Amino acid sequence: MSAVTSDSQHLGHRLAGFGRTLISPRGAVFLLLIVLLIAITVLNPSFAEPSQFVRFVQRVAPVAIVAIGQYFVIVGGEFDLSMGSVVTAQVVIAGNLIGQDESKSIPVLLFMLAFGAFIGLVNGLIVSFLKVPSFIATLGMMLALLGATLYWTGGAATGNPADGFRQIGRGGIRDLPVIGVLPWSVVILVVLLVIAIWFARRPFGRSIKALGDNPTTAHYSGTRTWWVKTSTFVLSSLSATVAGVLLVGYAGVHPSVGRGYEFTAITAVVLGGVVLGGGRGWVVAAAAGAFALEALFTLLNFAGVPSTYREAVQGAIIILAVAYAATTIRARRRGRALETSPAPEAKEPDPSEDPARPAPIPSTSRADNETKGGS
Amino acid sequence: MRRRFTVASATVGVLALMTLAGCTTDPNVGSPTDETEPAAEEVEWFDQELFDKQDAERGVAPEGPEDQPWLQYINAEMVDTAAFASEGAKKACFANASISNPWRQTGWITMNQQLQVLQEAGVISEMETRDAQDSDDTQIADIDYFINEGNCDIFIISPNSTAAMTPAVERACDTGKPVVVFDRGVQTDCPVTFIHPIGGFAWGIDTAEFLIDELEEGDKVVALRILPGVDVLEQRWAAAEKLFDEAGIEAVDYFTGADPTEIKKIISDELAKGDVHGVWMDAGDGAVAAIEAFEDAGVDYPVMTGEDEMSFLRKWKDTGLTGLAPVYSNFQWRTPLLAAQKIFAGEEIPKEWVLPQSPITAGEVDQYLEANDGMPDGHYAKFGGEDLPGYPQVWQDRIIP
Repeated sequence: MSAVTSDSQHLGHRLAGFGRTLISPRGAVFLLLIVLLIAITVLNPSFAEPSQFVRFVQRVAPVAIVAIGQYFVIVGGEFDLSMGSVVTAQVVIAGNLIGQDESKSIPVLLFMLAFGAFIGLVNGLIVSFLKVPSFIATLGMMLALLGATLYWTGGAATGNPADGFRQIGRGGIRDLPVIGVLPWSVVILVVLLVIAIWFARRPFGRSIKALGDNPTTAHYSGTRTWWVKTSTFVLSSLSATVAGVLLVGYAGVHPSVGRGYEFTAITAVVLGGVVLGGGRGWVVAAAAGAFALEALFTLLNFAGVPSTYREAVQGAIIILAVAYAATTIRARRRGRALETSPAPEAKEPDPSEDPARPAPIPSTSRADNETKGGS
Repeated sequence: MRRRFTVASATVGVLALMTLAGCTTDPNVGSPTDETEPAAEEVEWFDQELFDKQDAERGVAPEGPEDQPWLQYINAEMVDTAAFASEGAKKACFANASISNPWRQTGWITMNQQLQVLQEAGVISEMETRDAQDSDDTQIADIDYFINEGNCDIFIISPNSTAAMTPAVERACDTGKPVVVFDRGVQTDCPVTFIHPIGGFAWGIDTAEFLIDELEEGDKVVALRILPGVDVLEQRWAAAEKLFDEAGIEAVDYFTGADPTEIKKIISDELAKGDVHGVWMDAGDGAVAAIEAFEDAGVDYPVMTGEDEMSFLRKWKDTGLTGLAPVYSNFQWRTPLLAAQKIFAGEEIPKEWVLPQSPITAGEVDQYLEANDGMPDGHYAKFGGEDLPGYPQVWQDRIIP
């Protein structure tokens, strides 16, 4: 495998073209993020202090992790709307099963991971074999899980789990220079992001993208489509589980924790320039989308927008941002169509679009893919 | 492909926006008319007359049995119920707004234990309950079902929202059977009695006065509010906001949906902006997350008002912060069934049954913590069920009936 060499190549490439990338369409989300962070810092200079900024990263970590999970599903051509409910269910499971007994932390954590994987497996199998569109299958799963959680809790908060378990989301490595505390959430986010980048570049990660781009081609090229598809759902449910573990530590148990996370994640992924319908996108941009969204919420807090119309302002800005991302994506697609295929590698720092991928596919006219409709 | 992309983005976009925009608002609570209200909330919710009435009621010694606050009443105008006097066990029909928060759950458990006592006494044969799950539409349908097919001897209604439920309550009154309304009100005086603690303005006055006493002019208070459009909650904030304003306290308010993640974010951001000296809550749900945000930021605890929920009382005790636990008397859930007993006995009852409502102060915390030892975090200290069967096991197990 030439993974290492292509990695360093890629890194050099990115550093060289950093400025150009920012103003180019695919850098839109990073540009937006930088603008938002600067705006926050102008309103409140202490935000830029390392210790404050690390706190911000800690807060975004669960959303970013959910966005990373959602990225794999979306790039594979599907949606996972059940993520928010998985988060809620896991939070409630942690609160109820661990209680104040710290010794139960590990067994319950394992159970939660198994439960998360099981939900993903069920989602994936329903989509793959029963041919239920993922939008509906996962919507059903979302309602079923939410209903079960409400039934279990009656819709109100139960007690928080033991403090030891909550340290995963609340605590960190203390007494460090400069940043003070390095929260575990930040460590977990970085580790997961690195794994996700690596995974996306493995053959299996590429077959997810190929499946999202054109399932027929993927099928004929020997991909076990059901397994690839199912695994993306397992990944997303597992990432929701991790987010749930972090959130139960960060905030505590409440049936409203996780509410709306699936849409926050989808918005983040779209903001990151990942194409709905699959086949295009970069996992780092999806995570950056999550950061941009949370930065927006923080900005509105700092700007002192009154609570009564804060949500209207949020909605309007999200529409504009996604519209901008969509326009630039379209522009990019048109640009590519004109250039046909003079080495897409040259202007594509995206690892997953490098030559290991069958060359003709990126330049395939998108109209041909109308047939892939399916699920 | 482009068409598909557009349609898919549009669908997801719309859903995402609905969720993102609505993430701190319970969509079920607001009737269509509520949508326009927040823009003019101070005008809408502040009511000087009611403010003065509740302010005065705070100082009145309630009448009624001394050790049974759920049967006490303040400044009552009594009504004769002789017309409803009747022998035998009766069927009660209860249209409940929801049991979707710990306060309502605690009250609902207490109510069921009270029901058990009255069933054994042969007063009530059975109570049929419909849970509207925070929906006005559902509750209207529930009440109409009771009217048409419930075979009810008495209607007990805990309205989901004030304006929307008024016509349905009037329809119930038209049957000629007694109607008892409790907790949130309706805009009609047709029910035999309307049972409620003093109210939201009293809560707002108690809490704001406490914070104003403990803080100095120019200090900052973060107000954490559950959701807009519910009168008992809006009145709490309307009173507090007015008093903060007059005292020169800088108060900013947020809607949190009681979501601890949201609360923690809000407090963290406020702490990043500058010092926060006080935290005001319109309900104690999520108080612990707010306190933890101060711990995580490594700053001094604020002066804080929460609620008599055990999680807050315990955290208050653990941290030793300067606090007050306002109370929206949970024991009011017993009163409607006891009112039914009095109505069928033809006894006089208050037309507007104002129950006492007094906050738990720093001097009383220990006493309430001890009395409620072993109760779960979502339990309310002033639940008033100590003399009911099943105490304390039923409240400790907290199995929602």
